[in-house]
Amino acid sequence: MFGQSKAIGQRSLRRQLYSNRTYLVLLIPAVVYVLIFCYIPMGGIVIAFKNYNYAAGILNSPWVGLKNFRFLAISNKLWTLTRNTLAYNLVFISLGMFLEVTFAVIINEMRCKWFKKTFQSFMFLPFFISWVVATAVIQSMLDYDNGFISRLVQSLGGNMVNIYTNAAPWPYLLVFFRMWKGVGYGSIIYLSAISGIDQGMYEAAEIDGANSWQKVFRITIPNLMPTMIIMLLLSLGQVFRGDFGMFYQMIGNNGVLLETGDILDLYVYRAMSSNTNLGMSAAAGLYQSVLCFATILLANFIVKKVQPDYTLF
Amino acid sequence: MRARHRKIQPNEVAFRSLGYILLFLFGMACVVPFYLIIVSSFASETALVRDGFRLIPTDWSLDAYRFVFTNPDRIQRAYANTIFVTVTGTCLSLLMTTLTGYVLSRRDFTWRNVFSFFFFFTTLFSGGLTPWYIMCTKVLHLKNTYGALILPMMFSVWNMIIAKNYMQGIPYEISESAKIDGAGELTIFFRLYLPIAKPLLATLGLFAALAYWNDWYNSMLFNTKEEYQSLQYFLQDMLSSIQALKQLVAQGNSELAKGVTLPTSGMKMAMTCVVTGPIIFLYPLVQRYFVKGLTIGAVKG
Repeated sequence: MFGQSKAIGQRSLRRQLYSNRTYLVLLIPAVVYVLIFCYIPMGGIVIAFKNYNYAAGILNSPWVGLKNFRFLAISNKLWTLTRNTLAYNLVFISLGMFLEVTFAVIINEMRCKWFKKTFQSFMFLPFFISWVVATAVIQSMLDYDNGFISRLVQSLGGNMVNIYTNAAPWPYLLVFFRMWKGVGYGSIIYLSAISGIDQGMYEAAEIDGANSWQKVFRITIPNLMPTMIIMLLLSLGQVFRGDFGMFYQMIGNNGVLLETGDILDLYVYRAMSSNTNLGMSAAAGLYQSVLCFATILLANFIVKKVQPDYTLF
Repeated sequence: MRARHRKIQPNEVAFRSLGYILLFLFGMACVVPFYLIIVSSFASETALVRDGFRLIPTDWSLDAYRFVFTNPDRIQRAYANTIFVTVTGTCLSLLMTTLTGYVLSRRDFTWRNVFSFFFFFTTLFSGGLTPWYIMCTKVLHLKNTYGALILPMMFSVWNMIIAKNYMQGIPYEISESAKIDGAGELTIFFRLYLPIAKPLLATLGLFAALAYWNDWYNSMLFNTKEEYQSLQYFLQDMLSSIQALKQLVAQGNSELAKGVTLPTSGMKMAMTCVVTGPIIFLYPLVQRYFVKGLTIGAVKG
């Protein structure tokens, strides 16, 4: 009887394969891509436990156990790097979400069409540029000698710090420019969620005499909750991964600024490009991945306990 | 009717004006720097040094652009590379992303949840930069090829999930009736779904085009030879060192030998304009599709 059901199982598997054949063929490019660029490199994690050298390759490099990790821990940098990465990301995530929802609500409530359209387009401009171009923007605004804002401050009798030799203002600058570049795009995600809210709710609230504030806090925000939680979960999954492009272009290898602006991703890149320390670079990368993975699992678990409908997976 | 005649309350006025003020301030903060860069690229170097970056420069000049284009070989090459990579990469990535999203959105695909998770897992866990880099250089030999600029960004699981969610919103019955009429999966995809999914194509196309156009990272990692470098990497080179600016002009230019000072600040701004210009024009083309195209939803189901 067992054998019989197995035979049926095989036959129906074959039938299923046949009936899904077009779908399976269409998936081949993406599956191969993800295998090559994501899954096989996951196996490459082993070099975190090896003394990797290019000539020997992954398989023939000697095992060194946890030496790379111990090195990372001793160098005392690991704690600072982790703290910086986490702190920057938490500020980016919370402030970002606050501003994005705020501007989505503002834009949605705005009656004056031309004003809304013009300024929404303005907000979206920084999304179009690379961090390389953003550094030119910073230069034109904040350059110590002839930047627009520096000159303005000086002409008002103030004293401007030279941002390229002073690490103190960078946490604020990084947060500002991150918001500057991302909020315009982020607010569109919430706008598109707002456009899906049932208009009848607003009409009913209006008949009951609700004012604009009440409509925002009692209808719009609660209806945005699912989107907000998904966006939160998505960004928490990357919370130990910094925005390499931004930090590299703005802080880069400027030793003075690294004091406040160094993050794990910069370290991984430095260790890798110096070519002497691939094992340690991989160890730091693995450390990041494991922390991110644990965070997203935990966050999703908590959401599942509180509000099962809002989970990511 | 009654709502229109209702007296506007003070807190309503506060609500409205706060909105206008905030949007105005943020919008200005976004647009003024761009304006400054553009006008400063047309300012003379002496004006920039003497008076700084100003809303209206005290002295105009085209010198910056003249110097940027005195020796246009490297710029032209970088431009050609970036255009080629952007067009090819955007087309390939749109095709792969939407096709995969389409398959995973089909209710009659038996293993759609298994495959969805197969893709989604890569966003939860990754091997990190180093093994990926070794894969690209030692196994795929991407160093100093166009492949290094195209392949790493060709498929994004996030965009694929956006595509999948969007296509799940298209009524399934459309494809049912087409199937009865004898259409195959590919016909349904290309003739039915893609035309309906224009907002999605515009949105994802913009994302891909921006990613390729703005890429300097892959040039930095893989392409040490100038002939394969992208425009943004070239700009980074120019912005970060005056030496690179000098080299750009010096080859075969006698003015410099005569001791003409290089308009370095102006040149940096001019280069920035030259590099950013074309991609900004994409915005009006895709703008109207944007809010519709971005449906972020859960991964499950």
